[in-house]
Amino acid sequence: MKAVFTRDMKVAFRQRQDLLNPLLFFVMVVTLFPLGVSPEVSFLREAGAGILWVAALLSVLLSLDHLFRHDFDDGTLEQLVLQPQPLFLLVLAKTLAHWMLTGLPLVLLTPVLGVMVHLEGNSIAVLCLTLLIGTPVLSLIGSIGAALTLGLRSAGVLLSLLIIPLYIPVLIFGTGSVAAAADGAPVGAYLALMAAFLVLAITLAPFASAAALKISLSNA
Amino acid sequence: MWQLFHKLGSPKWFFGIAAWLMPWLLVGGIALLMAGVVWGLAFAPQDYLQGNSYRIIFIHVPTAFLAQSVYVMMAVAGVVTLVWRMKLADVFVKAVAPVGLVLTFLALFTGAVWGKPTWGTWWIWDARLTSMLILLFLYGGVIALDRAINDEKSAARAVAVLVLVGVVNIPIIKYSVEWWNTLHQPATFKLTEKPTMPAEMWVPLLLSVLGLYLLFGWLACLRMQTEILIREQRTRWVQDLVMAGRH
Repeated sequence: MKAVFTRDMKVAFRQRQDLLNPLLFFVMVVTLFPLGVSPEVSFLREAGAGILWVAALLSVLLSLDHLFRHDFDDGTLEQLVLQPQPLFLLVLAKTLAHWMLTGLPLVLLTPVLGVMVHLEGNSIAVLCLTLLIGTPVLSLIGSIGAALTLGLRSAGVLLSLLIIPLYIPVLIFGTGSVAAAADGAPVGAYLALMAAFLVLAITLAPFASAAALKISLSNA
Repeated sequence: MWQLFHKLGSPKWFFGIAAWLMPWLLVGGIALLMAGVVWGLAFAPQDYLQGNSYRIIFIHVPTAFLAQSVYVMMAVAGVVTLVWRMKLADVFVKAVAPVGLVLTFLALFTGAVWGKPTWGTWWIWDARLTSMLILLFLYGGVIALDRAINDEKSAARAVAVLVLVGVVNIPIIKYSVEWWNTLHQPATFKLTEKPTMPAEMWVPLLLSVLGLYLLFGWLACLRMQTEILIREQRTRWVQDLVMAGRH
């Protein structure tokens, strides 16, 4: 499991462009809102958390196609499936690597963008926290979709179709907690619910992804 | 008992049973639905709060009810597909997914029509409405994934996994009205409690829900028969059946 994780990290760092693209996408989507809707401070302060969350969600979605694709194309994935370790552990390792490479950089970039959309310090802190808990959930749920659509034509669009509905609850609670923080209300309950999502996703999603991977590989 | 179970799993056997069952389902469904809707729309008393506009409940509630229970049925069939690899379960999922999509759309549409006079708006981002919209997306995803995979067996199992993942949304829809304080009114029916409405209101509602269930059963049988004929077109019994139909 550790070997898979370190290998995925190494491979990713050899192709830096793949690492950078989702981040650039994240920044660009956020930039579209002040330009496309309104640069007013009041609007941005109100909508900023939601904009950042939606942008993060889209950028994770965009990067999900890579999760299994390279290994699938060169046959590594079949070898991994044949390993004696349980497949869900390998999936978990790959998903963790995926999060470290896409989700975590997004969280680190968030304070800068938070200032750019005029969020207050407290809101930015809560936003970072919800993204920190929420982006692994996005990666985990997304891995199911990535595994299901592996090897299909037009996998990218299909992946979004399958996964966006499942992302909606995470989005609602993620942005809800920032809204609560902006109103000065306690955010503990929201964060607890997000943590519950995370626990649920860690325990269930790898099994679903492993099952889906087996199906996709038997199909190829 | 086990023999019956195995026989039910055989497409040929199911085809026969469905053919026998379908007239009953159709006649019973139409009768109950007509009785419920006519009684509800023309004879049931006015609501003290909403006047006559509440009457769409006799169409809205059955569709919303079915939309959710069809998804649950698909999830059960998905488990059967994954665990026992039973062909019929997959035929069922494939046959009813579009029906579920249409029912969900109807529930949303009739809800919008009801929402306009009572809330003064066609749509609101309320928990129950939003979760029903997600259900619509889920049905769409299931259908899209099924169409995208060419191999029949892989498609069946991939769809089963997706349906099972999506089933987390059903309790969210169910309890959305109780967990969040929103505009949508609480559930009209509960199995465990006595209805708060007068009998002249809930009896026709119950009739139309049951009627729609039967009609759904009829439609599911019909669509499953079609799917079975397509899949088993090379087998002897289907060829015999088609030849017999020609005379």
